Amino acid sequence: MNRLMLFIPLAIFAVMAAFLGGGIGREDKDVLPSPLIDKPFPQFILQQVEAEKQLTQTDLQGKPMLVNVWATWCPTCKAEHQFLNTLAAQGVRIIGINYKDDDEEAKVWLRDYGNPYEFNISDPKGKLGLELGVYGAPETFFVDGDGIIRAKHVGDLNQRIWDKYKGVFDKMKTHVEGE
Amino acid sequence: MKIILALTLCILASASNAVVDGHKYPFDNNVDKERFEVLAEELRCPKCQNQNLADSNAPVASDLRDKVYELMIEGQSDDEIVGYLVDRYGDFVRYNPPVQKNTFFLWFAPGVMVFIAFIMIISLTRGKKKDVTLSEEEQKKLAKLQAARKQNDSNLQKDRTDSSVETSEKHDS
Repeated sequence: MNRLMLFIPLAIFAVMAAFLGGGIGREDKDVLPSPLIDKPFPQFILQQVEAEKQLTQTDLQGKPMLVNVWATWCPTCKAEHQFLNTLAAQGVRIIGINYKDDDEEAKVWLRDYGNPYEFNISDPKGKLGLELGVYGAPETFFVDGDGIIRAKHVGDLNQRIWDKYKGVFDKMKTHVEGE
Repeated sequence: MKIILALTLCILASASNAVVDGHKYPFDNNVDKERFEVLAEELRCPKCQNQNLADSNAPVASDLRDKVYELMIEGQSDDEIVGYLVDRYGDFVRYNPPVQKNTFFLWFAPGVMVFIAFIMIISLTRGKKKDVTLSEEEQKKLAKLQAARKQNDSNLQKDRTDSSVETSEKHDS
């Protein structure tokens, strides 16, 4: 009996090694879980980049959409831009938040690299970004037709990531009038 | 006198400016200044992990410091300010995580482990003190060994007395 007791530390070690070892490399430490999942998109009143128009959270309703946080100073945003163009061509609704950026530079960027966005929200001070818990562009929020955030991806979107989220996106509901 | 007054004012004024990463956050009293410094140290930068808001010079850390300052000036309490950031960035921004379902292991595992170690030490040391009963065969063996040892001891004794006699004899001659 006592002999067996001696093996308890080894057993505990084995269990912990398996548990901790399994965690190594699995979790991407750069990606933090967002507390905004299943919460309504935060309120805001901001200008549109392309036009003299005021936008609010009510503009983020109707058809399910991707809300993409981007900036011209962000190299990864450039890397994912072509993929966003591809998605837009497939009919995916994408709305941009131009994060801590200059409107004029953003317009030049959209002219040169193509514009996958239905419209762009101008967030020069990063205020909306702070409300959304943005800590590094690009970030993409999956927002359903009722304006509820259903998922968030930090980092660039590409085919591999899109395959992962496609199920979530297809399940998101379109807003029904009068509901 | 005037110089002393001016110097004192200078020192007081500098004391109520919290300076973080080259930015000045002016406060009209030292209590708030210290609150701000404690918050900046207890809140974690979401971008550059393992740095707090006071140490980090990442843009997002500076934004969050400004926000903490803004909320403090608005008169919000420490809990409200931490809550504001947790609502947006998650529990990750806290260096001092709350006790809840998913942090239970984190908070109580060390205590549980110390307890287990304690129980083990007790049970192992108590095991050693237990009386040992020998089988008949073992008792015979023991008796034999003891007898052999006795024999050995007396032989040694004899040798010793012999040699001492020898030395004393040598001494005499």
